[in-house]
Amino acid sequence: MAVSSHTAPSTGPRNRILRWIEYRLPFWGMVEDHFLGYPTPRNLNYWWNFGSLAGVILVIMIVSGVVLAMHYTPNADLAFDSVERIMRDVNYGWLIRYIHMNGASMFFLIVYIHLFRGLYYGSYKYPRELLWMLGVVILILMIATAFMGYVLPWGQMSYWAATVITNLFSAIPVFGQDIVTLLWGGFTVGNPTLNRFFSLHYLLPFVIVAVVLLHLVALHQHGSNNPLGIDKRGPQDTIPFHPYFTIKDLFGLTVFLLVFAVFVFYDPNAAVSPDNYIPANPLVTPNHIVPEWYLLPYYAILRSVPNKLLGVIMAFGSLLLLFIVPWLDTSRVRSATFRPIYKWVFWLLPIDVLALGYVGANPPAGLVVTIGQIATIYYFVHFLILLPLLGKIERPRPLPISIAEAVLGSGAGVGAAGEGQ
Amino acid sequence: MADATQSEVTHGHYGGTRRDFLILTASALGGVGVLITAWPFVDSLNPARDTLALSTTEVDLAPIQVGQRLTAVWRGKPVFIDHRPPEEIKAAQDVDVSSLRDPQPDSARVKKPEWLVMIGVCTHLGCIPLGNKPGDDRGPFGGWFCPCHGSVYDTSGRIRQGPAPLNLVIPPYEFTSDTAIKIG
Repeated sequence: MAVSSHTAPSTGPRNRILRWIEYRLPFWGMVEDHFLGYPTPRNLNYWWNFGSLAGVILVIMIVSGVVLAMHYTPNADLAFDSVERIMRDVNYGWLIRYIHMNGASMFFLIVYIHLFRGLYYGSYKYPRELLWMLGVVILILMIATAFMGYVLPWGQMSYWAATVITNLFSAIPVFGQDIVTLLWGGFTVGNPTLNRFFSLHYLLPFVIVAVVLLHLVALHQHGSNNPLGIDKRGPQDTIPFHPYFTIKDLFGLTVFLLVFAVFVFYDPNAAVSPDNYIPANPLVTPNHIVPEWYLLPYYAILRSVPNKLLGVIMAFGSLLLLFIVPWLDTSRVRSATFRPIYKWVFWLLPIDVLALGYVGANPPAGLVVTIGQIATIYYFVHFLILLPLLGKIERPRPLPISIAEAVLGSGAGVGAAGEGQ
Repeated sequence: MADATQSEVTHGHYGGTRRDFLILTASALGGVGVLITAWPFVDSLNPARDTLALSTTEVDLAPIQVGQRLTAVWRGKPVFIDHRPPEEIKAAQDVDVSSLRDPQPDSARVKKPEWLVMIGVCTHLGCIPLGNKPGDDRGPFGGWFCPCHGSVYDTSGRIRQGPAPLNLVIPPYEFTSDTAIKIG
């Protein structure tokens, strides 16, 4: 009975003016087709909350960022003081900056969970390869945006992060140094660098919005994957997005905002190095320089390889590798629930990435170096060897006939929908 | 027929159901939350503390000769200070107040008759009137003349001709000594 409301043909708005508009610009039709009535697999679990959460935090970042830009001065001599002015003089400036600062961490946390969910449930497999690849594009844009945003306060960590990251490009043979000079607009990181980073830091979030829209178009082409990883066969397998998932997403959003607020109000500097409250000094490098937590694994890979060019290639490669995951995974079964070996092997990857994070956060000496090298090797082995191999040797468990049958029992379609997997 | 059963569910006893109540209270609470969250973002656009700290200006009047006009800056705006000679004071006081567009006696616009202090921003659309510098066109009443749209002010800064609706504004100020004022 709940299904009937969205399958019934939409008669559109009653109001004559709205109908006139609707005929020319199908606004309500799009809201109905892609939001309110969007047929959603009835078995989505809470791991499916993180896509919409990522959308919300993107909006929070853009709103807080636009307001911050109204108070910030992108000039090497004035930037640090303008950030301190935001903290001390601008009304609620501290709040808006802490929202933006911690929002970046939250954005990555959400997107990483979103990404691992996709890896567990095989959301990247046919016919969702481009959906997945657009997600990787978003992640790369996010990393670039976050890095440039981190440079803007022009503290010690800002300055030296900018120096180190841009110097990655000096590993490129022959043209390396010329490319770095081009990136800097000078012979060191300086005012021209800060100006272009500010410009791009303002621009890229809107590029992300555009790619997110493409990500949604690709998502709605074949609909969401689900914990069973099987295709939906008919209306009995889906429920309308509203009210079932609007309310579920709102509940998840509320829980998330509580966590976010705890950081903003009680530990706003948890994820930043205190060194970034020292103004940039081009003549002194801080003793212990680390990137933000969400970049630590890549940084660990970079450091674990004893060759400069190879280290850079592998750090970038660890990210680019994600593009070809749909073809590396040879198993035709999407969800790890029905893959008895991958179900366990999957968890080695988050453990490996956490180990890389630990390595990236600590000075490279002794055991840390060894762990870093093992974890780096495993990362590539996982994707390049285990994923292709498992699909060949593993015998998947039998898949359910349909989502409705798995959720509701063999009398699918009768009785109320229960929350289940 | 589906509509009939649905309307029975949603319009139960007393014209409202438990679900209606939950939707209304949750939406109201959410709405209040959004407004409370929006306020810091809006308020951040108001003048910051360092901007407000610039809100008083002290001016030493001693060097200003009789008949001399000086422009000070208060909150980024020009403040006209006119050390008026007796004939200007007389001209300002002799006007029939009821004939003015914005009726105000000269005595209400000064603390000491020889010192006229006012914000030098035309009350029409915010241009700065001429007349404060030697050689400027002071207009037919010997006061100030706005070049943008031709508003004419008299020696008390009152609007006499042109589109401006009000007299030039008197800022809050006080004499800290016989020869010094604090504006703001």
